[in-house]
Amino acid sequence: MSKYPAGENNSYILLRQRAIPDLDNLDVYRQHGGFTVLEKAITSMKPDEVIEVVKGSGLRGRGGAGFPTGLKWSFIDKDNWPHYVVANADESEPGTFKDREIMEGNPYQFLEGIAICAYAIQSSAAYIYLRGEFWQISANLDRHIEALGVAGLLGDNLFGSDYSLHIYTHLGAGAYICGEETALLESMEGKLGQPRLRPPFPPSFGLFGKPTVVNNVETLTNVPPIVERGAEWYRTMGTEKSSGPKIFSLSGRVSRPGNYELPLGTTFRELIYEHGGGIPNGRSIKAIMAAGASSALIVANDEALDTPMDYESVPALGAQLGSASVIVIDDSISIPWLINKTTHFFKHESCGKCTPCREGTYWMMHLTDHIANANATQEDVALLHDVASQIRGKCLCALGEFSIEPVLSGIERFKADFDTAVSETNNN
Amino acid sequence: MLAEKYTTEIQTILAKYPPEERRAAVMPLLYLVQRDQLYVDRHSMSEIAEILGISTTEVASVVGFYSLYYDQPGGKYRIQVCTDLPCALRGAEQFMEQLCQRLGIKPGETTSDGLFTVEPVMCLASCDKAPMFQVQSGGGLAYYEDQTVENALALIEQLRTEAASKGSAKRKDEYE
Repeated sequence: MSKYPAGENNSYILLRQRAIPDLDNLDVYRQHGGFTVLEKAITSMKPDEVIEVVKGSGLRGRGGAGFPTGLKWSFIDKDNWPHYVVANADESEPGTFKDREIMEGNPYQFLEGIAICAYAIQSSAAYIYLRGEFWQISANLDRHIEALGVAGLLGDNLFGSDYSLHIYTHLGAGAYICGEETALLESMEGKLGQPRLRPPFPPSFGLFGKPTVVNNVETLTNVPPIVERGAEWYRTMGTEKSSGPKIFSLSGRVSRPGNYELPLGTTFRELIYEHGGGIPNGRSIKAIMAAGASSALIVANDEALDTPMDYESVPALGAQLGSASVIVIDDSISIPWLINKTTHFFKHESCGKCTPCREGTYWMMHLTDHIANANATQEDVALLHDVASQIRGKCLCALGEFSIEPVLSGIERFKADFDTAVSETNNN
Repeated sequence: MLAEKYTTEIQTILAKYPPEERRAAVMPLLYLVQRDQLYVDRHSMSEIAEILGISTTEVASVVGFYSLYYDQPGGKYRIQVCTDLPCALRGAEQFMEQLCQRLGIKPGETTSDGLFTVEPVMCLASCDKAPMFQVQSGGGLAYYEDQTVENALALIEQLRTEAASKGSAKRKDEYE
């Protein structure tokens, strides 16, 4: 019997702690098949075979970019050693709170995923970079890592092989930018968390200048079930190009906010109304942000609500799925207020390295301050649109690019809200 | 001196990283100092720089860049309320305003007894459980979720009592 269910709705592959109590106890995790997959990989599979299975599964990075995971692993430079695995647990996108639940409830599956990835790229040291606020989670992971060492599931000569692995935690200290993989690597090296110019990408020049795989927590947690049950099984879930389960973090004006593990390709309508219980207080839905604060605003009409949430369909709506942090906006919310919130966030979090982002977020913040406080004219709205457009395509990393998404889509798709804000100025 | 006081802890931290990459230990070493005295003073930055073989300026730049390091003392407890978009949609801004009002301070200020600083912060990955805040103190960092102003005030009273009893115990030790 496999430890992972067949994959229909309502069966957990990632958030298994919801079905199995005390899964954060190593004995319990092992009673449910824990670490047999790592053993199978190390004792009966070649590293490249593991990579092939992950490639074949179609697993794509769950941190936001959706890059094919197996392909990323296969890019590791085999002429340059040592190799590193870095788990990105910097979860900081407003609206995203899934990695936290995995690490709190199902930490061993995450750690087993790191270990399988490390074996696949023949890395003997892996780091987990956690945002500083996850202080308690980090302390718990240290305890779990220690328990694995005692049980002989981490450390030297695993399962009688000549393969050795050590996993370490590393705490960040409050910087959204460190979720960007090259900024994260800089931060881990003890420097300011500022993105690197790419290429080279981490698989050739990563941590300490060595070939490195950086993967999101949820991505790595998908690996043990894939290696156990195979690529074909995994592809039975989700859509053709976006396979597997996904944890959708649902927040905002919805009756039952929370994490929902559903197949990729589930519609917005099912998530928001069936699972999330719809919009409270007799209000109706106005807009959806599918990728947290980094989202273009989606007008929540029937077409949008019936759109499958996957890496191809959401872009067709002029937005991104990102890390699938779905923020629901009801009709009591003013879009100028909303983009004022998001621009304040990006201004605060801009690392200051590249000019378009550093200066652009500053000016967008000031303009949205005026607009949201009914102290602006149509020219200010036009100027804001212009500033945002000028930022596009000119930033060193995605932070700057994302900062303009709510602004441009807000002005273009919710013009009436801006007209109201301006007319209130005139009445002042 | 840091090196003498925390010999074991420092060795444990340094052992996580390749010997030639010891600079990577700067963040955990800063946490070590901050856990002790709630902020990082210039002298400690120099000591960390010496341990890692980098300049004090480089250590100070790390302190300045990251929002969880403090180079100035604040309240004994930092109550940090997330007011980012998802939390704001669940009333976090009004929550913080009312909490500050009841404490007689403005956001970012410290209560007159020097114990509590209340400040807004960016997303804490708890968007479905707002209003929420984290409390940072020497003991570490803890999350408080699904909060009301009354809950929060009760917690503050409890921390105040704890601080008072600890304070007097310390004084007693000093006299003995």
